[in-house]
Amino acid sequence: MRRIAMLASVAAAGLLLSACGGGSAVEDANPSEASGSVGVFTWWADGSEKVGLDALVDIFSEQYPNLKFDNLAVAGGAGSQAKSVLAANLKSGNPPDSFQAHAGAELQDYIAADQLEDLTSFYEEAKLNEAFPKDLLDRLTVDGKIYSVPSNIHRANVVWANVDVLKKAGLDPAKPAADLDAWFADMDKIKESGATPLAVAGTWTQVQLFENILLASLGAEGYNGLWDGTTDWASADVTKAIENYKKALSYTNSDRDTLSDWGPATQLVEDGAAAYNVMGDWAEAKFSQDGKKPGEDYVYFPTPGTDGVFDFLADSFTLPKDAPNADGSKAWLTTISSVDGQQAFNAAKGSIPARTDVPADKFGEYQKSAIEDFSSDTIVSSLAHGAAVPVAWLNELSTAVSKFGGPQDVAALQDSAASIAKKFQQ
Amino acid sequence: MFKKVKTWGPALALISPTLVLLAVFVYALIAENVRISMTNQHTARPSSDFVGMENYFRLFGDADFQHALRNLLLLTVVFLAGTLVFGFLWAWILERPAFGEGFFRSVYLFPMAVSFIASGVVWRWLLSSLQTDQSGGERTTGLNRLLDSVGLGFLQNSWWSDPNWGIAAIAVPAIWQLSGYVMALFLAGFRGIPEELREAARIDGCSEWKLYRHVIFPQLSPVMLSAVIIIGHMSLKLFDLIRAIVPDANTYDIQVPATMMWVKYIGSDYADSAAIGTIMLVLVALVVVPYLIYTSRQEKR
Amino acid sequence: MTTATVPPPVQVATPRPPAPRTGRQKMNRTLKYAILLLFVFVVLIPAYVLFITSFKGPSDADPSTAWLLPTTWETAGWAKAWDTLAPALGRTFAMVIPASIISAFLGSMNGFVLSRWRFPYANVVFTLILFGMFIPYQAVMIPLTQLMQGLGVPNGIPSLLVLHIVYGLPICTLIFRNYYESVPSELIEAARMDGAGLLRTYASVILPISTPGFVVVLIWQFTSAWNDYLFAAFFSSGSNGPVTIALSFLAGGQLTDYAASMAGALIASLPTLLVYIILGKYFVGGLMSGSVKG
Repeated sequence: MRRIAMLASVAAAGLLLSACGGGSAVEDANPSEASGSVGVFTWWADGSEKVGLDALVDIFSEQYPNLKFDNLAVAGGAGSQAKSVLAANLKSGNPPDSFQAHAGAELQDYIAADQLEDLTSFYEEAKLNEAFPKDLLDRLTVDGKIYSVPSNIHRANVVWANVDVLKKAGLDPAKPAADLDAWFADMDKIKESGATPLAVAGTWTQVQLFENILLASLGAEGYNGLWDGTTDWASADVTKAIENYKKALSYTNSDRDTLSDWGPATQLVEDGAAAYNVMGDWAEAKFSQDGKKPGEDYVYFPTPGTDGVFDFLADSFTLPKDAPNADGSKAWLTTISSVDGQQAFNAAKGSIPARTDVPADKFGEYQKSAIEDFSSDTIVSSLAHGAAVPVAWLNELSTAVSKFGGPQDVAALQDSAASIAKKFQQ
Repeated sequence: MFKKVKTWGPALALISPTLVLLAVFVYALIAENVRISMTNQHTARPSSDFVGMENYFRLFGDADFQHALRNLLLLTVVFLAGTLVFGFLWAWILERPAFGEGFFRSVYLFPMAVSFIASGVVWRWLLSSLQTDQSGGERTTGLNRLLDSVGLGFLQNSWWSDPNWGIAAIAVPAIWQLSGYVMALFLAGFRGIPEELREAARIDGCSEWKLYRHVIFPQLSPVMLSAVIIIGHMSLKLFDLIRAIVPDANTYDIQVPATMMWVKYIGSDYADSAAIGTIMLVLVALVVVPYLIYTSRQEKR
Repeated sequence: MTTATVPPPVQVATPRPPAPRTGRQKMNRTLKYAILLLFVFVVLIPAYVLFITSFKGPSDADPSTAWLLPTTWETAGWAKAWDTLAPALGRTFAMVIPASIISAFLGSMNGFVLSRWRFPYANVVFTLILFGMFIPYQAVMIPLTQLMQGLGVPNGIPSLLVLHIVYGLPICTLIFRNYYESVPSELIEAARMDGAGLLRTYASVILPISTPGFVVVLIWQFTSAWNDYLFAAFFSSGSNGPVTIALSFLAGGQLTDYAASMAGALIASLPTLLVYIILGKYFVGGLMSGSVKG
């Protein structure tokens, strides 16, 4: 009996595999003739990110009525949970039709493992080389080829603040501090008034806070140098930066590691339990979803000391090799990079389009200012979100940052970070 | 000779599917895992240069991995101590017939039926680390809130949010779930002690304490050994529970080899991940293999 | 819990008759019950929290009332949990039931052979099988993902089905072997004298008396496959995985919806809890590993 059961399951498995055809070459895939379902893997499983995805799916259904969107979303901010599931799926030979990945260094691992199709010809067909800014294209190009299509740009160096809490401490919401020291002085006032000055959550959000402090302390060039080797991690400047981070931590909520993701920390600011939260601008969508008004309930500004710098990360979509429905994938990629798609998605998600030709009138106040900043500011890559360094480097540095949260040993963190950098810069 | 084959031939044939499956899925995979651990495949970039024991040496010399090992030791000690103490206590009280003993046994045992993920949902909330006397203390929930409301506020602590002792807090839900099992083991052990033995000891004028020391504990030692082995090896493998309680897998306070293996895996560091897996196997084998050999010899008697 | 993280079952025999009562013993009795009840209270704390939190709505969100009963009993948490978990529940049943049955049959055959038929190194073989029960799966996980891909087994339920069968073999074998050791050899001898071969003996003599063994093994495999997270995390995703994965995503999202995640934990635990309540006797009863017999 068991033999029959086993035979049956093997037979079923075989049938399943034959039903999914082999992945056809990208050049042959024709989106307008595509049909069937398109399995898209993201980590936009809830909150403001889900709202954005839903808007994009609506446009997709309009543009390609023959295709069904199969939502393979997996929860867990910054994609940590999703990346592991994706890794397992790719390793076991079950790629989705398209998956979300941060543009930048994070893609290098997939490219090196030969898991992505080259999309350079797709860019030419869809005329994306004219639509996207040059800085962005540079970040996406590896050895002359492009491997993903960005759907949106996010900024990682924004502070979100609660107006009432600021006022209660005697601070003017319209006048944020000009640099870190002034900001710390403001935080002292918040502390005296009884609120938590700075809200932060688990490891990856601490890494994001860390990168902001690094950026504010070292400036754009110094910050970039940390990743390309021109800045010495063992230098006194970095020591000062880490000491600034230590000071920042002293103003944070003590239950940071137990918060399940970025949301609860931003919620503290929204509810008035904390004054400041350094978070990417996906927080904007959360505030507006919860009915808060910019200027009245909350304000935002670039992290003190990083004015004029745009710490970017971009979500992008790829075409994996051997995708079950390559036609459908290309259709999805077309929607994402289209003007309508970028407009609908970014308006809902709180990010800004990667395309430069999307009319700005449909966007909210924050986004308009971000679009302006993006075109004029110096652009640097986010550490915490896969733009600056590959995954393995980020993981080790994250461990070191997590460790720092307890004993707060500045020398230890500096040494760890230096040796990690040395290891990966070879 | 052929007669012998005829005797045990069919038997071997019947269990051969199992033997083949286990040879592949256990032993062959272990070997392959060890092979991977000896390469330098540290990123998704395919690279399989043989580097021997280099990864192992580096891991053992790595302060973070040492911390994970220390955590594992602490976790195991606390987990074992807790389950043995409560399991024995409950079994000791319940081994004499009592009214409602079935009810008590059922209640103490039910946590075992629940998955670590499900229990992690509630224990994450219970072990929340904010305390009422800290900034933002009005947001305190979980056990800290309970302790504060019943006047035991001084017992509040940061639970697992502590770099040195945090892992002991993880042992609390584990003890909650497995003490009932240890109780069942001890109960079986107690009931395996013939009444005549106790009667004989009493007739000889043994005091209660002497009875326990010379009759009952020795009879219970096989049970205790079983409990130590089983709980010990579960502790070495513990992963689900930690993942369910601690939101970010890369949190320093509660790192154990099992979570480090996961973090490395997500980071595509397959060689290190495989090495940690092998180290975990060796640790478990150190505990389990002597036990298996011992019981196998026992049975030969 | 994966198959090897679930400890082997234990037999609880019938109790002895009660001893006569003295005054001091009466006081001891009161003390005894006080302690027992205290522990009942402590052990049930998490269950209490799960229950009341699952029914709380936004009006009860304040942490200061966290331990009190809900002021209004809301079912929104349950509705959301059900919506999220229902598909996963169906998939989990589809995986767990066949896996339990198949590994039970295999275990029964193995147990029979190993308890009765002597062949060279039978003990060594048994030990090698048993060791498979104790290994940390992390030690095989990476090559296992490659193997499953190489065999062409799709992610999700098919993979998990295969894995739970394979890795359940050691414990099922152990339970049945110990169970069959207590079968009187006269039965087997009689069949052998009648000229029955191994298979015939198994089918006509052993199988009919195996019901208690099957009950224990089925319950055990059901519980361990239902509660598994490790394999599910590596071999499935939210859309094709079992209820443990679905629950971890429900509880781990960006917005901490405590009512939904607590309700979800209860829903996800219901089947195994029911098995435990209804078949509790067998859950604990059964055969012990040889060493405990002492």
